[in-house]
Amino acid sequence: MNAAERPHEHTPENCRRYLGSLGDYIEGTLGVELCHELEAHMVVCENCRVVVNTLAKTISLYHQLPAPELPNAVKERLLAVLDLKPFLQNGTGSEDLQAE
Amino acid sequence: MSRMDDGELVARLKAGDQAAYAQLVEEQAARIYRLALRMMGNETDAEDVLQETFLSAFRSIDSFEERSSLSTWLYRIATNAALMRLRRKEPEQVSVDEPLERDDGDLLPRQFFDFCCLPEDDLLRDEARAEMLRAIDGLPATLRSVFVLRDIEGLSTEETANALDLSISAVKSRLMRARLKLRERLSTYFSQGPVLPDTRQ
Repeated sequence: MNAAERPHEHTPENCRRYLGSLGDYIEGTLGVELCHELEAHMVVCENCRVVVNTLAKTISLYHQLPAPELPNAVKERLLAVLDLKPFLQNGTGSEDLQAE
Repeated sequence: MSRMDDGELVARLKAGDQAAYAQLVEEQAARIYRLALRMMGNETDAEDVLQETFLSAFRSIDSFEERSSLSTWLYRIATNAALMRLRRKEPEQVSVDEPLERDDGDLLPRQFFDFCCLPEDDLLRDEARAEMLRAIDGLPATLRSVFVLRDIEGLSTEETANALDLSISAVKSRLMRARLKLRERLSTYFSQGPVLPDTRQ
């Protein structure tokens, strides 16, 4: 199971070749054959395994970023610029409860 | 004011109905502001982009052909506004004929620190999140726009391609480049261990 047993699969050329497939792999849209090939490669190539894991983690961390709110003052100025101030809705729950 | 569906809303926008304009702002402004903030990296520029987007949308609503949804159309206007502004601010970052579709050399991973197993507290603390935002700012604008639409705003590959006038394969390729660059930067950051606020320069 170690790299020495299947050295032919652990070459910079192989790692480079798989780089373009990582996006599809992470999203589960990579073809079955290439998927098996990449997974076999990851068994012997620790670097590629780390890259795949940390790439997926990077995406997941960005998905967890809290979405910034639209501050009420910004919305008010937008409606003013658009001549829509009379339509400003009050009590929509977007009041700024916390200091920014 | 009762809610209108997309088709009715578009018809009333085209007729110049002020209540329809207000509904569009009500429904989409928060999303556009979020996009603008992630693209521009600061609140002042984000607000300018937000205002430009709606001014431009209201001016050009007659040319909206409903081939995409209203929200994708607004994303397209907002991204263009953001890219124009970035081009003025950092012209070297947003060249029109960028050589992005080739030359994978700079994308080869160099950091192999496995930060997946770090405690969630380390990964999610404020300082780490600030670094994540700085990392977005550090992306070339053309990669940033794809990453923000796909991975922050959650648009599909097709919607992103539509909003940015790119092919599906260009979206996929730029997204991959953006993600690899961010992974590289976060790996470097997390490999240095937690930085206490009072020891930070």
